[in-house]
Amino acid sequence: MDFNDTPDEAAYRAQAKTWLDANAPKKAVSDANEGEGGEGGGSMAASKAWQAKKAAAGYAQITWPKEWGGQGGNPIQQVIFNEEEARHPIPPNPFQIGLGMCVPTVATFADQATKDRFVGPALRGEEIWCQLFSEPSGGSDVAAARTKAVRAADGSGDWIISGQKVWTTGAQFSDFGIVVCRTNADAPKHKGLTMFWLDMHDPGVEVKPIHQMSGGSGFNEVFFTDVRVKDSQRIGAIDDGWKVSLVTLMNERLAVGGASGAGWREFMEAARSIPGADGGPVLKDSALREKLADWYVQAEGLKHTRNRTMTALSRGQTPGPESSIGKIVSALMMQDLGNSAVEMLDQYGIIDDPALAPLQAAFHSSVMFAPGLRIAGGTDEILKNIIAERVLGLPGDIRVDKDVAFKDMPTGR
Amino acid sequence: MNFDFSDDQKFLKAEARKFLDANCPTARVRGVLDAPDKAYDAALWKGVVAQGWLGAAIPEEHGGLGLGHLELCVIAEELGRAVAPIPFASTVYFLAEAVMLAGDDAQKADILPKIAAGELIGAIATSEGPGALGPTTLKASVAGGKLSGVKIPVTDGDIADLCLVLAKENGQPGLYLVDLTGAGVTREAVKTLDPTRDAARLIFDAAPAQRLGPTGEGFALLEQINDRAAILLSFEQCGGADRCLEMAKAYALERYAFGRVIASYQAIKHKLADMYVKNELARSNAYYGAWALNTNAPELPVAASAARIAASEAFWFASKENIQTHGGIGFTWEMDCHLFYRRSRQLSLVAGAPRVWKERLVSQLERRNAA
Repeated sequence: MDFNDTPDEAAYRAQAKTWLDANAPKKAVSDANEGEGGEGGGSMAASKAWQAKKAAAGYAQITWPKEWGGQGGNPIQQVIFNEEEARHPIPPNPFQIGLGMCVPTVATFADQATKDRFVGPALRGEEIWCQLFSEPSGGSDVAAARTKAVRAADGSGDWIISGQKVWTTGAQFSDFGIVVCRTNADAPKHKGLTMFWLDMHDPGVEVKPIHQMSGGSGFNEVFFTDVRVKDSQRIGAIDDGWKVSLVTLMNERLAVGGASGAGWREFMEAARSIPGADGGPVLKDSALREKLADWYVQAEGLKHTRNRTMTALSRGQTPGPESSIGKIVSALMMQDLGNSAVEMLDQYGIIDDPALAPLQAAFHSSVMFAPGLRIAGGTDEILKNIIAERVLGLPGDIRVDKDVAFKDMPTGR
Repeated sequence: MNFDFSDDQKFLKAEARKFLDANCPTARVRGVLDAPDKAYDAALWKGVVAQGWLGAAIPEEHGGLGLGHLELCVIAEELGRAVAPIPFASTVYFLAEAVMLAGDDAQKADILPKIAAGELIGAIATSEGPGALGPTTLKASVAGGKLSGVKIPVTDGDIADLCLVLAKENGQPGLYLVDLTGAGVTREAVKTLDPTRDAARLIFDAAPAQRLGPTGEGFALLEQINDRAAILLSFEQCGGADRCLEMAKAYALERYAFGRVIASYQAIKHKLADMYVKNELARSNAYYGAWALNTNAPELPVAASAARIAASEAFWFASKENIQTHGGIGFTWEMDCHLFYRRSRQLSLVAGAPRVWKERLVSQLERRNAA
C-alpha cells in the first residue's frame, strides 16, 4: 500500500509534465463565471486555443482510440494528465460535456461519414456540443420528455422538432446538441423517445439564460420552434432513444464533479481570525471544533475514496461502487460548512458585500450555490436510489407509469 | 497509486473470514453474552492462537509471523465482522503494540513471544472514573516499584495476565507493567453495555510494577499507543458496520409490509444508502490509517484520529439503523442486531470517546497549519 506511481505511470507523468511545462498557458484568464462546464465570454478564445494545442499533441482525449485523435491510453493516464494540467493556470473547459457524453453517443450509433465529420472538430475545440435532456416537466424523470419530433408533411423523411429543454449547460455557446424527443405518445414513456443531433445555430433554436437563485447564469432554457432535421440526424432507431440516452447518462456522473470551493482549511483559517464574545478566536468554541473535525474526516474520506478509485484504474480494474459517493457527500458538506462559517460571524454573517466582509465571500458563495449542486447531475435523492439499487441491489421503485401510454400519463401542473 | 491491500493480504482476509464463519457464528458470541460467568470464548481464543494472528505484526525474532500491520488490519476487520468475544484488541492492539513501541530489549524478549504463542492475555488500564482522564486527575501512583490505585473499567481486566497501567511516580505520569496474577491485585467483574467483552475493576495495593518507556512520558506514550490501537479498532468497526448493512439489506429484502418487500420503499433504500456512504468514508479513512501505521508516517496521529472518528460514526449509525430496519423483531434479545449495537459502544469508548478524538484532531490540525 502506497501512493506512488507505477514505473509506467511515473514515465507517463514525466512526459505529460514536460509537455505541459513547455505548452501550458503561463497566465490565467480572469473572467471564469459561476457554473460548471466553463463559460463563454472572453475566456472562450483561450479555452479553444488550449484545446487545439492539446488535440494536436494527443492529450485532448487520452483514452480515445488513435484513429479518433486520442492515444488509446488508460483512464489512469487521463487522471495523471488532469492532475498535472491542474497545476497550470489553464482556461475553463467548455468541451467536456461534448467530448465526454455527446460525441461518444453520436459515435456509438452514427455511420462513418458522420463520425468523420464531428469527432475531429469537437476534439480540437472548434465545435462545442451540449446535451438537451432535462425539461420543465422532467428533471430526474428524463424519460418523461415532451419535446416532440414529428415527420415533416412533405414526405422528405425529415423531422420537425418543437418543445423546450431546460438546465442546458453551455447551450449559449454550443454549435451542436443531442436532443431526446417524443416520437410516439401512444407508447409507454420509455418506448416512444428518439434521439437526434441538431445545429444549435438553426433559426428555430432559441437559447435563454436562466437566472439562478445564486445570481449567476451558468445554464439555459432552450426553445425549439419547428426545427427541421434530416432523418440522417437521427441517433439510433426510431422510438429507441431511451437506450441511446442511457449511453449518454452513464457518463454524466463522471462529468458532474464534486463540490469545490471553501473547505475545512478555509473554515479553520476564518475561525482563527474571527473573535468570539470573550475576544479570543471563535476557533476555541468546542461545538465549532467538533464540526470542523467532522468536515475534515469527510473531506479525507472522499480524498482517499478517490485514491481507491485511482488504484483500481491503475490496476486495470473497473472502479468499485464507492466512486459514486463523491457528489452526495461533498454537495451537502459545502452547504453546511458554508452556513456554519456564516453563522460563526454572528450578526455580521448576513453581510454579503466583499468590501465590508472579504473573508466570507467564499462561504456565501457556497451557501448560495450548494442548493444547485445538490440537484445537478442527479439529485441527492436520485443518487441514493442509484446507490440502493445499483450498488446494494435493492428493488427499483414501483413505476406506475411503466405500461401507460405517454399521452394518458397523469402530468399535474 | 497503490492504495489498497495486496492480493496476499486479501487472501489472508478471505481465510480469516472462512475461519470465523466456521468458528465464530453469532451463536458462539451468544455463548458469552448469555453466560454471566463466561468472560470470553476460550476455545475460539485457542483457535485464533493456532492461526498465528496474535503474532501477525510481531517480528519473527520475537516469535511472531513478522508480516506487518496491513495484515493485522485485515484480520481486525474480520474479527469486527464476527463480533468475536475474545481479548484480541487488549492483547494485540494495546499491549503488544505498546511493548513493540516502547519496550526495552528484555521486555520485548520476555513478553512478545508469550503473546504470539497465546500464553499471555493483555490489558490496558487508564480510566479511573467518569470522564476522560488527564494529568491532573490521574490518581494511581507508583512508589518503590509498587503500584497502588483503582482502575475502572479495564477491558479484559478479569482474564488478563499482564496489564499496562497508567500511573504517576514522583508526580510524573508513566506506563507500568503489572502481573495481574501476582500479589497486590484484586479484580472485580464490571457489568457493561457489551457483555460479550470482559471488563473489570482493578484494585492495586502495592502491586509490583515495572516501567515501560521513559519516565514522565506516560500521556505522550499513551497517545502513541492509542493512535496505533485506534487504527486497528477502526478496522473492527468497519467490519461490524458492513455486517450491519448486510443484515439490514437481507432483512429488508425478505420482509413484506403493505404487500411488498420493505426494501422497495425509499425510506428504507435511502437509509441503507446513507449507511453505505458512511461505511465507505470510514473505510477510506481506515485505509489511510493503515498506510500511516504500516509506514510509521508522521501523519499517523492525524490519520488515526480521522480513522477513529469516521469508523465510530459509521458503526454507531449502521448498528442503530439496522435495528430500525428490522422493526420490532430487531428489538428482541433473540435477534443478533443488539450484538453489533453493543459492540459499537464498546469499540467507540475503549480508546477514548469520539468527542475527545475530535478535539485532538482539531488541535493537531491547528498545530500543523500554524507551521
